[in-house]
Amino acid sequence: MVAETDEFALEIRDVTRRFGPTAAVGGISLSVRKGEIICLVGHSGCGKSTLLRLIAGVDTPDGGRILLAGKEISGPSIFIEPEARNVGFVFQDYALFPHLTVEQNILFGLKRYNRAEAIRRTSEVIGRIGITHLIDRFPHMLSGGEQQRVALARALAPRPHILLMDEPFSNLDQSLRDRVRDNTLSLLKTLGTTVIMVTHDPDEALSAGDRVVLMKAGEVVQTGSGYDLHDRPLTPYAAEFFCDFNKVPGVYKGGVIKTAMGAFSQAMAIPEGSPSTIYIRPQAISISRDDGDFAGRIERRSFHGEFEQFLVRVDNLETPLRVRSTKRLPPDVDLVRVSIANDQVLAFPSD
Amino acid sequence: MVAALVALPVVGLFLQAIQGSPGLWQHLATTILPISMVDTIILLLGVGIVSAVIGTTMAWLVTAYSFPGRRTLEWALLLPLAVPTYIIAYAYLDILHPIGPVQSVIRWLLGYSSPREFRLPDVRSMPGCILLLGFVLYPYVYMPTRVMFLTQSANLIDAARTLGISRRAIFWNVALPLARPAVAVGVSLALMETLNDVGASEFLGVRTLTVSIYTTWITRTDLPGASQIALLLLLMVVALVSFERWARRRQRYSATAQRNRGFEPLRVSSPKGLLLLMLGLTPILIGFAGPALYLSTSAWQRIRFAGISSNLLNEAVNTIALAVIATATTIAFGLVVAYANRLRPGAVSSWSYRFATMGYAAPGTVVAIGVLIVLATADRLVDQTAIDWFGVSTGLLFIGSGAALIYAYTMRFLAISAGGIDAGLARIPLSLDQASRLLGQSPAGTLRHIHLPLSKAALTAAGLLVFVDCVKELPATLLLRPLNIETFATHLYGEAARGTYEEASVAALAILLIGMLPVILLSRIGRSDR
Repeated sequence: MVAETDEFALEIRDVTRRFGPTAAVGGISLSVRKGEIICLVGHSGCGKSTLLRLIAGVDTPDGGRILLAGKEISGPSIFIEPEARNVGFVFQDYALFPHLTVEQNILFGLKRYNRAEAIRRTSEVIGRIGITHLIDRFPHMLSGGEQQRVALARALAPRPHILLMDEPFSNLDQSLRDRVRDNTLSLLKTLGTTVIMVTHDPDEALSAGDRVVLMKAGEVVQTGSGYDLHDRPLTPYAAEFFCDFNKVPGVYKGGVIKTAMGAFSQAMAIPEGSPSTIYIRPQAISISRDDGDFAGRIERRSFHGEFEQFLVRVDNLETPLRVRSTKRLPPDVDLVRVSIANDQVLAFPSD
Repeated sequence: MVAALVALPVVGLFLQAIQGSPGLWQHLATTILPISMVDTIILLLGVGIVSAVIGTTMAWLVTAYSFPGRRTLEWALLLPLAVPTYIIAYAYLDILHPIGPVQSVIRWLLGYSSPREFRLPDVRSMPGCILLLGFVLYPYVYMPTRVMFLTQSANLIDAARTLGISRRAIFWNVALPLARPAVAVGVSLALMETLNDVGASEFLGVRTLTVSIYTTWITRTDLPGASQIALLLLLMVVALVSFERWARRRQRYSATAQRNRGFEPLRVSSPKGLLLLMLGLTPILIGFAGPALYLSTSAWQRIRFAGISSNLLNEAVNTIALAVIATATTIAFGLVVAYANRLRPGAVSSWSYRFATMGYAAPGTVVAIGVLIVLATADRLVDQTAIDWFGVSTGLLFIGSGAALIYAYTMRFLAISAGGIDAGLARIPLSLDQASRLLGQSPAGTLRHIHLPLSKAALTAAGLLVFVDCVKELPATLLLRPLNIETFATHLYGEAARGTYEEASVAALAILLIGMLPVILLSRIGRSDR
């Protein structure tokens, strides 16, 4: 018998979903507290969208249980149809009904309420989201940002147990995306909505969620706060997902890893003499004209506005180091001194 | 379930064919089959060539050249679709009759005084039949080929021109080879119509397999024999369908090869433009305007002379009632098949979809015999049960009530409705279904609130096409109608068989006018595309 708890809005226990021989979701367990905002992140095809669809009930799991607000909605002997789950869903393409106005779209999910109550709830939600002026328009008359807000309003109107969002900001222009995302998330925080949001964008995952769940090939790689995943990744995969590291090969010996660039002190639970790799963030390397630990030569530089990226050739190293700097160097500078901030260096055993 | 309803008649046909005595088959194989096989094959070849030539030429004419009247010609070339094969045969029998209008005028022009001195070759012949069928069936080739020319060849034709190929040579070297799959699809559709035809070939004295089925059954009341010929015919259809599928596979391949871009037609000088316009008008004149004009005048004379008879009104009511009921059932079944395919995509749904839509390829006579066999069995069962349990005989419950005819119409036209609805549903993103379910609607509610409103246009179009086809369908109606029920089509057939064409001109005109409805619809769709 499954123990029922009130603390969690959603509990996923060992859920699997196979498509032919491949497991899109291979035995995932995850508990989501009330009011928590979770970011499911991973490359395309990692199973994050499938997991979302399993929770919504528009896809059927092959094994495991799903509990929503303490009630089993999916398990070996039970499957609650999506219309009976009271789950909010914001689709990537928003899925607004083209033949209904904004108001009718929102009213669509309020069948359980009587007419007067439904209309009151609709105007409450659209007031909250700030789309009162759009109420009589049809979806094709709205901009991308407006459609996104209507989709959000429609999903929130029936007071769902949980709000699921599948790449909700990916259809917006870059300039609009950050603002819409900030507004949406702060609103959801104020309302205390429990949210699972799927994204493939590492930056979005780090900034948006209370908790980040990194997935790979149908399995969870690591769960934790954005700081945990970015600063303390448990695997090379997690490390490289969030940051474009410089990798330098070395050998572990007596508490340090010896590389062509010198020794880095790292405590690791691996045998003496094992091959290891040092991971250095591009922004952890600093270059200057005359102050640093060793010499380097700039091979290429590209300007990105907020920072400048350099490829710096260093003695004894096969590939040049990638360096990101917010400090400007005069254009004629060629030979530089390089130093590395030791506390921003990670190490993993080589495969 | 729906697929099973369609499959039953085929099984019945097979069982019935086995029941025939071996001697019978021998007899058929030596007497009737050789003639009708040869006739059928010659007819198919002839119609295939004529419709391919006219259809491809016309498609090229309206895409490659710009001349006054081209836009009108684009859709007017579809008009012959409104004329069923039996009506064109019937109209030209009269128009080209030795003492009919055309030959009289020619004689007057040449100064002859009697039909004995000069007459055109008799239209009542194989070449006549091929030409007439070709002139009403070419739109099946014209339609897909024009689309192919419009959407696919543009880039490649520009490339060919920069490589130094003249405009004239492009047709043979680039455009035609590219459009070959479309031509093949069109020709196979035209040939299926040819196989379905019973009126035209009979009037014009061509003994096709279809005609043989009809006579074997009606005049010799030999159902097993008719079933055997029907199976043979079905075999030819299967060959045709495989040919069409094969052609389409290549079409898909070539469709992905390049992006669509508008094809720039060549402006031509006015005298040449006039010439092209005349050329484009020819098939419309022969395939549509001629018979339409002739039917209008004789219908007008008929009405002035005899008024609108009560028989005619009866027929109108019968025709429309049968067609409306059949359309409703066909659309309902089509919706079930197409929606099941959407709701539970998978091997089962997709196979039953394919199976259910097979009927369109089967000629009306074949469908009719199959349905008759199934329903006769059902009638016997129901009758026997009723006698056993209640001591009353129900008689021929299904066949007597016209249910058989509705069944046959549904089986034959299910592909049109399912295909149309499926295309309409395909344009609705799946996320709308899921959104609706998550907002609390059941699958049925989703169908009602989301799919039906959003595919209204597709449903209407499918309904209209099915309705018109039901009105036009001759062979199945002829074989399965309840006693003493006449529709426009059967009345026309009856009068024509007796040689009293004029009597039926009003009915023929009515069919023609109804047949124009989808052409008007198609022309409007074609215009909104650009």
